[in-house]
Amino acid sequence: MLKIHNLHAKVEDKTILKGLSLEIKPGEVHAIMGPNGAGKSTLGYVLSGRDGYEVIDGQVELKGKDLLELETEERAREGLFLAFQYPVEIPGVSNMEFMKESVNAMREARGEEPLSAAEFLKKAKEACKQVHLPLDFLKRGVNEGFSGGEKKRNEIMQMILLEPSLCILDESDSGLDIDALQVVADGVNSQRSPERSFIVVTHYQRLLDYIKPDFVHILADGKIVKSGDASLALEVEKEGYAWLGGKAQEADA
Amino acid sequence: MSEQIEQALSRKYEAGFVSDIESETFAAGLDEEVIRKISAMKNEPEWLLEWRLKAFESWQKMEEPEWAHLHYPKIDYQAISYYSAPKSMKDKPKSLDEVDPELLRTYEKLGIPLYEQQMLAGVAVDAVFDSVSVVTTFREKLEEAGVIFCPISEAVHRFPELVKKYLGTVVPRSDNYFAALNSAVFTDGSFVYIPKGVRSPMELSTYFRINEQNTGQFERTLIVADEGSYVSYLEGCTAPQRDENQLHAAVVELVALDNAKIKYSTVQNWYPGDENGKGGIYNFVTKRGICHTNAHISWTQVETGSAITWKYPSCILKGDNSVGEFYSVALARGKQQADTGTKMIHLGKNTKSTIISKGISAGDANNAYRGLVQMGPNSDGARNFTQCDSLLIGDQCGAHTFPYIESRNPSAIVEHEATTSKVSDEQLFLCQQRGLDAEKAVSMIVNGFCKEVFKELPMEFAVEAGKLLEISLEGSVG
Ligand SMILES: Nc1ncnc2c1ncn2[C@@H]1O[C@H](COP(=O)(O)OP(=O)(O)OP(=O)(O)O)[C@@H](O)[C@H]1O
Ligand SMILES: [Mg+2]
Repeated sequence: MLKIHNLHAKVEDKTILKGLSLEIKPGEVHAIMGPNGAGKSTLGYVLSGRDGYEVIDGQVELKGKDLLELETEERAREGLFLAFQYPVEIPGVSNMEFMKESVNAMREARGEEPLSAAEFLKKAKEACKQVHLPLDFLKRGVNEGFSGGEKKRNEIMQMILLEPSLCILDESDSGLDIDALQVVADGVNSQRSPERSFIVVTHYQRLLDYIKPDFVHILADGKIVKSGDASLALEVEKEGYAWLGGKAQEADA
Repeated sequence: MSEQIEQALSRKYEAGFVSDIESETFAAGLDEEVIRKISAMKNEPEWLLEWRLKAFESWQKMEEPEWAHLHYPKIDYQAISYYSAPKSMKDKPKSLDEVDPELLRTYEKLGIPLYEQQMLAGVAVDAVFDSVSVVTTFREKLEEAGVIFCPISEAVHRFPELVKKYLGTVVPRSDNYFAALNSAVFTDGSFVYIPKGVRSPMELSTYFRINEQNTGQFERTLIVADEGSYVSYLEGCTAPQRDENQLHAAVVELVALDNAKIKYSTVQNWYPGDENGKGGIYNFVTKRGICHTNAHISWTQVETGSAITWKYPSCILKGDNSVGEFYSVALARGKQQADTGTKMIHLGKNTKSTIISKGISAGDANNAYRGLVQMGPNSDGARNFTQCDSLLIGDQCGAHTFPYIESRNPSAIVEHEATTSKVSDEQLFLCQQRGLDAEKAVSMIVNGFCKEVFKELPMEFAVEAGKLLEISLEGSVG
């Protein structure tokens, strides 16, 4: 599904990713943990092609294609989805309108007919119910005045509607109450399939009780410094990242 | 008076009143003689000629206003021809093949049917429009309801009392430089009269106006809604319109008598000029309405065209409990300049006004909102709410807000809110991450920004206006 090799990337002359490698096979769930400022969100932005995030070295392949060659929207149409850590508001544009355009852009790229308003509405309602948001959220402006937790659920709703092949969830669990956490996890679990892979960025092992990862990676100072199975998350929970300090610096030297 | 109207209405609609004088185009220049000639061409009654001449007299004493936030080379009023005959069939393009392909591309994107494209592009096709049966049905329905909707030059002959009674009562002859010029030389425009208690059975659109061609650069519109009546009037169309005349100075007067409501919607898309602004239209418009007791006037406008737009649709809230509204979207891109806004003059008690202005600037454009809210000494309990939002696309463009408030009544309440925002990188990125290209993303964000105004437009108009913004913004991101 995704092959990242020796990825180096910078933002405004600051190098943030410093030789990151990671391989994800179809159907796998990879959790990424790591201290604040390690570059987790940056990885998501670089993979999705955000303006200003410049790759200085390395290769990335998505389903055999050179991902770095593609424009942001082309990557999305190839099936890459990013659930944002801080979803932004688009006042006046209804969620419904936004997602319909989005779903149809994806369909067009796959050579499929656009969904009619009625067909789309049906799907949207289902997705909305699935993340336990009242239906009037479809009519409200994209993230406009949504609470933190509502924004996160809205991201998951979009993921469900778009049926991507690689989902990157950037702290979709932070700021959620315990019920919402369950809702988000259920949303993700319902989408797990042998063809779909996930990168789940989180600070809390708790989420991983609900979404069972196949692998857990620790990202520190722009690199994966340790990989393991689900038990690695438990370790982090107990011990924090203090042990990294020296290691990360060593790797740097 | 009403008897006279009935009489006129019972007459069959004839094309009779258009002057038979051989058409000609006047030499450039403006003096009394020219005005006499215009009046003669139209067989006008003496009073109207007098009226024009007085307007001309005032105009000569006036100075062109310079306070607007606009820059343009000085206009030489003696270099303009004040009457141009309709283009003869042989001067017009023979088919769409002879029309600017860029223009056609835009028509296509807007989904304009072929025969309308021909009409808009000025192709020589005989009376394409009049032969269409919808127009006939349209006229019949209006006649049944007693609604008068005709060119003002025709109304001068068919309904002289009405025209005489109301013409210049809302925008006086010498109101301002451009209004005075218009009063002196106006060539045509619309006249609408809705009888007492009648709800116009359909939206009146300039589009359906008979003799649409050559209303000219000095258009004059007068709408009178008698007591308890209602009318929704649509001006303009979304298709880009070209005109050889660079200067446009229209006047629109609305009269809403007791308990009447007038809803006036405009989509203005005059040619903005090439990328350097060359050849674009200068649009200086005076639009004003007067509300009597319990009356309601609502202006909605979407302005995307013209090199220069100078326009302040206003309401005089004379009657107690009357309501004025102004909803505006003004888009300026490239070298375009827009200076628009409104005036709400509260005279009566418990009068209410709402102003929602959305200015969008892209490229090097400048967009200014200028609004005046005036609370007169007798406007007890009057209220105004103003919301003025600017959206910037790129960092070369500008937005300016000039709210003026004059309150002479301590019980009146005036509220003003203003915001300036940018289409942010985050928003663009979110849209692109969801598979939308940058242009689609910007147009969606802009449409969202304009939503409060678009929802005031009649449905089809709103859809078209959205598409229009999308097309107008093409190439402004990247
Ligand atoms: N535009 C920018 N200019 C300068 N530095 C930036 C910019 N964007 C990100 N950074 C820096 O890059 C580093 C990595 O940021 P990133 O958001 O990827 O961290 P993170 O691992 O997601 O952290 P968190 O756990 O707090 O979300 C941080 O030090 C951040 O300050
Ligand atoms: Mg982060």
